[in-house]
Amino acid sequence: MFGNILIWFVIVPVLMMAGLACCGNSNMKAIRTVMVAGSTVLLGMAVWLVCEFLSLRGSGDTSEMLFTGSWLWYAPLNIHLAVGVDGISVLMLLLSAIIVFAGTFASWKIDPLPKNFFLWFCLLSTGVFGFFISIDMFTMFMFYEVALIPMYLLIGVWGTGRKEYSAMKLTLMLMGGSAFLMLGLLGIFWHSAPTMDQCTWNILEISHNAAIDPSWQRLLFCFTFVGFGVLGAMFPFHTWSPDGHACAPTAVSMLHAGVLMKLGGYGCFRIAIFLCPQGAQELAWIFIILTGISVVYGAFSACVQTDLKYINAYSSVSHCGMVLFAILMLNTTAMTGGILQMLSHGLMTALFFALIGMIYGRTHTRDIRQMGGLMKIMPYLGVCYMIAGFASLGLPGMSGFVAEMTIFFGAFEEADMFHRIFVIAATCSIVITAVYILRVVGKLVLGPVQDEHHLSLTDASWWERLSTVTLIVCLAGIGFFPNWINETIRTSFEPIINALQNAL
Amino acid sequence: MDYSQFGAMLPELIILGVFLLVFLYDTFGCDCSKKFLTPFTTVLFGLATVAIWLIPSYDEYIFGGMYVNDTACQAMKAILNVGVFIVFLQSAKWTESDEVAIRKGEFYELILVTLFGMYLMISARHFLLFVIGLESASLPLAALVAFNKKHYESHEAAAKYILTAVFSSAILMMGLSFVYAFSGGSLYFSDICSNIVNGRGTGLLVVALAFVLAGIGFKLSLVPFHLWTADVYQGAPTAITSYLSVISKGAAAFAFFVIFAQAFGTLYSEVWEWMMYAVIIATITVGNLFAIRQRNMKRFMAFSSISQAGYIMLGVMAGGIGLASMMYYIFVYIVSNLGAFAVISSIENNSGKLSMDDYTGLHKTNPWLSFAMTLAMFSLAGIPPFAGFFSKILIFTAVTSTGSTALYMLVLVALINTIISLYYYLLVVKAIWITPGESAIANYRSACSERIALWLCVAGIIFFGIVPFIYEYCVKAVIG
Repeated sequence: MFGNILIWFVIVPVLMMAGLACCGNSNMKAIRTVMVAGSTVLLGMAVWLVCEFLSLRGSGDTSEMLFTGSWLWYAPLNIHLAVGVDGISVLMLLLSAIIVFAGTFASWKIDPLPKNFFLWFCLLSTGVFGFFISIDMFTMFMFYEVALIPMYLLIGVWGTGRKEYSAMKLTLMLMGGSAFLMLGLLGIFWHSAPTMDQCTWNILEISHNAAIDPSWQRLLFCFTFVGFGVLGAMFPFHTWSPDGHACAPTAVSMLHAGVLMKLGGYGCFRIAIFLCPQGAQELAWIFIILTGISVVYGAFSACVQTDLKYINAYSSVSHCGMVLFAILMLNTTAMTGGILQMLSHGLMTALFFALIGMIYGRTHTRDIRQMGGLMKIMPYLGVCYMIAGFASLGLPGMSGFVAEMTIFFGAFEEADMFHRIFVIAATCSIVITAVYILRVVGKLVLGPVQDEHHLSLTDASWWERLSTVTLIVCLAGIGFFPNWINETIRTSFEPIINALQNAL
Repeated sequence: MDYSQFGAMLPELIILGVFLLVFLYDTFGCDCSKKFLTPFTTVLFGLATVAIWLIPSYDEYIFGGMYVNDTACQAMKAILNVGVFIVFLQSAKWTESDEVAIRKGEFYELILVTLFGMYLMISARHFLLFVIGLESASLPLAALVAFNKKHYESHEAAAKYILTAVFSSAILMMGLSFVYAFSGGSLYFSDICSNIVNGRGTGLLVVALAFVLAGIGFKLSLVPFHLWTADVYQGAPTAITSYLSVISKGAAAFAFFVIFAQAFGTLYSEVWEWMMYAVIIATITVGNLFAIRQRNMKRFMAFSSISQAGYIMLGVMAGGIGLASMMYYIFVYIVSNLGAFAVISSIENNSGKLSMDDYTGLHKTNPWLSFAMTLAMFSLAGIPPFAGFFSKILIFTAVTSTGSTALYMLVLVALINTIISLYYYLLVVKAIWITPGESAIANYRSACSERIALWLCVAGIIFFGIVPFIYEYCVKAVIG
């Protein structure tokens, strides 16, 4: 069991928690050592995994999942701890590792209770990593919930503003989503095989069996899609997102918008669409409407906000809506774009939130009306903010462009009127995105200095630079060399597309 | 009479032995040795618990079919024993307090008697034996509830408890007499099961089952028979409250399952299935909704335990695997709830504080208690990776295994209720960690026994889920 690299993605954060528990309560040096060592190991493992994965694929290994392993856990109900990765999960692991790494540096000076903060932070990352390596629905769901609950304390204790309200709202709404999800998973489990005693939680086996009755598929698709959709900020279940992100501390916003919301999108195609393909074919239109609304409505809402975090939170609603929208097109190109968008949005939002945290730490305000002229005051952060903004509005050379182009190319493949209308509406969101991004950049970075006191503020320190450079390099990397990622994702979608076509 | 049959009643005999030893020690021990009564009882009971886990079960019915101690009953008794052991540990300090110290022997003796009664409830396969068990489990509890002689609330609680207990017994007897009429003059579960179908379609049968349900539902504090719960929990000494909320409930739930599956199993779909739907939904929902507004921790736990009883009852809808999941749920519930009560009683013993508002900022003064309380709340709310998550999911999985759409809807209602329950459990977490303000509770070091109890509970909360051993043990005990 311990010979499998994937298991270590869960073990390392747990070890980090154990290490933190041994640290003194305010021994910052020890705490930072544990966190930096742990997150570097995770990042190293993720990079190694990507290389190894690509070389295995390159040497002609075409099995659906690589690095698979399965260990019996609860024998009476056939629950296994089953792990395995395809190209998409490998990339998601890499994304999570990058953001955990950057998040560690972004919360270098967290206060109060630094030890507890990082304990919950590690528990959150355990959940995230565990979710992406699992191919057993039970463990997947377990890790999903493990990732949700630390948010309550992370926002409630270390957040700002209306933190108690936001933390409670976020936790309850996401748990509400997981209630529907749980019911969907139970339904899938009990219908996963022709006879009761063969029922399985293993995603690959369920899709091979293809035993779920069409009438049940429709129901289960809706349950699981809504369940994951809540986390993916699908309209009308997105309201936790702006409040939650605005009140969360920097590293938590980064991890939450950057990775946790991706859990929703990932679950939508890995479980809802993959396991209930017929339900997806028949009922995708409902969710296309809802996610289409998310895309446009999120962008419009971002236009009128004055709080930097709210702007980015609403922009996340719009971008994550785009992820789900792309996945619902049910064709390879659009779905590939959806995954690219997940990666791109993950990195970009993490960068945004890191920068906002850094700016807020200096100016003590996030209201764009009270700030200006960052370029003069802190040129490094100003430039970074502009880069993040350009990635967000889809400037060529950045990951956002690659992702959105792929999505719209794919989406236009669906030729009927219904799809056309919604795709055109969604495409308009690019323009609206440009409006709110340019408005903020113009005002905040290039505008006149609003407050004389800001002139004495310092620019980024080394740990902040490290955190932002990591993210920017990745953003530009995807933007300039999208091809290898594109291929990896495209081939990983084959089983899902096959399942969808068999269901027709 | 064949006295060798008593050999099959080993768990009862062991508890009886412990009871007699404690009683003799308490009665004839000199005053100077009295201070060893608590450790003596706790150690003795700990040994008895180990013994009950180890001794073999006996699958045959004895005393003409009145009594059986098969693997499932034996496992249930062992689980209850662990709970009682933890209760003894966490109440050790309280029994030494001035008001109680002189009567602490009675505390242990009465608890052992009620435990003996619960053993009989679990093993009874004849209603007469069951009623004897039920009464000896209920009546001494009234004395225990009134244990704090000088507290006004304690008296009120005891009066309320005894009146409701007697009233509900009366209703149960009424129901049983109707059942007797249908069963051809026998109160053996097996006879009832085969004969009661004669009464199919008569309204009297529905009334009979409703009465039986009400009688046992009182012990479980199922809604609408729950009205005594909050007042009694609040008035009783905290040690008794924790005993009432887990042990007494666990035993009654097991007995409930046995009675409805074995005696009335043939009438499931036509008579009591819909009753259970109504009762379960009402229990979970009402318990949850009333818990939201509570500020007194004991009342809070009372309503939380009402709603948990609803979840336990879900197991009744699912046959063998349901019973196994139910036992597992009860065990996890025992450690989680006792974990919470260990913190509550420790704080009460030290500072007399019982309100949730007093818990504000607790993490600054007592980080370990805060940590334990947080884990207990997460486990009760069903948050992974703690045991409560697994017990909830496994019981839901068991219930949906029957494939009926109605049961899926029942699970959906239960799942939505977990969100409500999460809300109020998080209120405690919020008070401890988030609400700003200075702590009303000074830093202190809990007594050694309290700490052991707390550590046992925390270990249970963390490992019972991750390690599948307990669940597999339950499944093996029930299904074989």
